[in-house]
Amino acid sequence: MKTQFTNSEFYFSTARELRAKFDAREISSVEVTKGTLDRISKLEPTLNSFITITPEIAIKSAELADQRLASSDPEPTALTGVPVMVKDNFSTEGVETTAASNILKGYIPPYDGSVVKTLKDAGAVIVGKGNLDEFAMGSSNETSAFGPVHNPWDIERVPGGSSGGASAAVAAGEVFIAFGSDTGGSIRQPAAFCGVVGMKPTYGLVSRFGLIAFGSSLDQIGPITRSVADCADSLNIVSGRDQRDSTSVSAPFDDFGRDIDKGISGMNIGVPKEYLVDGIESGVRSAFETSLSTFEQLGANIIETSLPLTDHALAVYYIIAPSEASANLSRYDGVKYGLGALDTSTSAQATQEARGAGFGDEVKRRIFLGTYALSAGYYDAYYKKAQQVRTLIRREFSSAFEQFDALVTPTSPSTAFKIGEKINDPFRMYMNDICTIPVNIAGLPSISVPSGESDQLPVGLQIIGPQFGDPVVIRIAAEYERSTIWHKSHPLI
Amino acid sequence: MEPLTHRDVEHISELAYVKLSDQEMEEMRVHLTDILGHFASLSTVDTDGVEVTGHTTDAYSVMRKDEPFTPMDQEDVLRNAPDRDGEFLRVRPVFE
Repeated sequence: MKTQFTNSEFYFSTARELRAKFDAREISSVEVTKGTLDRISKLEPTLNSFITITPEIAIKSAELADQRLASSDPEPTALTGVPVMVKDNFSTEGVETTAASNILKGYIPPYDGSVVKTLKDAGAVIVGKGNLDEFAMGSSNETSAFGPVHNPWDIERVPGGSSGGASAAVAAGEVFIAFGSDTGGSIRQPAAFCGVVGMKPTYGLVSRFGLIAFGSSLDQIGPITRSVADCADSLNIVSGRDQRDSTSVSAPFDDFGRDIDKGISGMNIGVPKEYLVDGIESGVRSAFETSLSTFEQLGANIIETSLPLTDHALAVYYIIAPSEASANLSRYDGVKYGLGALDTSTSAQATQEARGAGFGDEVKRRIFLGTYALSAGYYDAYYKKAQQVRTLIRREFSSAFEQFDALVTPTSPSTAFKIGEKINDPFRMYMNDICTIPVNIAGLPSISVPSGESDQLPVGLQIIGPQFGDPVVIRIAAEYERSTIWHKSHPLI
Repeated sequence: MEPLTHRDVEHISELAYVKLSDQEMEEMRVHLTDILGHFASLSTVDTDGVEVTGHTTDAYSVMRKDEPFTPMDQEDVLRNAPDRDGEFLRVRPVFE
């Protein structure tokens, strides 16, 4: 029987379900891609998830994917023919790449980043580039130079950030999978706000070559999907050692999903009490408590624990990330690409003016914060101190993982807030990342899965594993998903 | 901590090569003072003798084979330049 792909419900399939339809010859990638592009053009005036849509490239990729699916030469992958989005801080050859910044408007990269190249080689159909907070700096997608993204569950609310476009697009059925980047929660927090799955793997498992750098020791690429299995499949494809990223490493396991069906009976799951902060919303707290009962019913041991240094994680992050950002963003000088030099009398003035005009408020704030923390007289008190406390936070996690298979926390202390609600209070916005930031500081794997609703808005549950414990995180997430219904609800859009 | 002064922000602006308007300077001063105030508690953590963590993969001095490869085409790389002269990037005078 031919699939009714005009039915919007179809666009909420998982990538695995879609691939099964390709294999059964119920539908072709070209048909799905055309339908996807129609759906995107209908929804974009409302959502603004994309910065760039590439219909011609997408249709061409879909045609190639259909040939590959028919001939099995080369062997199709889990993503062959599947419409996906990449965040607009991924370098894409011949396609404008802005990182949502005015300073990069019009920049056409001469090369593909490693993940983009890998996705193309796998036969994925890239339909466009996702909106984000400028240079991935933000928790609401409101700092984008291309306007905010609207949450498909309530268009007056933010989708989270910085991978706001990616999460909104997956939640709204605009694409089946999106790839984002996570420096302090930028995949997991928007995934939670939009009711989808988002994972930041262990630092180093996915190449950062061609990812526009923000905080290099923290940045990690990962997938946003509608199922845990799709997340594992995606990571199997994009992970691996890449000699163009000297911090990348090979995974010490063959398959992210190797333990996906093993259940969680007998596992020890820790609940660090510092994550249940005073400011946590009551709906988030009660959804979290229900999740803990679910884990107990599934045979896991739920044990309260304490990670006292969590209280310092926000300070450590907001020193280290801006310090790295201030160095990384020094390359935008108005000479090589991006916003041009103005008619000034010296080259130095041209750079100062291009950067003053090209960067938005939040990016400037972080450059200033980082420059200050690295400047003479303040380096030891801020940057060095933060790096030392980073060591202590890592050790605290390591000793917790001697006792626990994984830790669980809410992904964010709140559900999606209103557009405009927090944008004028930077520190209040930073507090949003309080549950996700410690994970990046320690380089650990962590996933957010849909875990409930509060006032009709999605709530996310975060599962954190030890370094290279990605399969454990996926195992727990998959068992939770099988036992709950939250991943099945979709926004009425 | 002491609030930042206008001169402090001006100094950071020079170091960071970012020109701000007077209004932006004042907003930056207020926001940075607020944010840095929240970081003061970090000084209470005992870090005597603790080494720093720069990144978390424990990989150091990663080497690769020195094999020749074809670099990107010069024209492709220069195409994005806001101002150029043939195969050169053109910039404003370095000295006044």
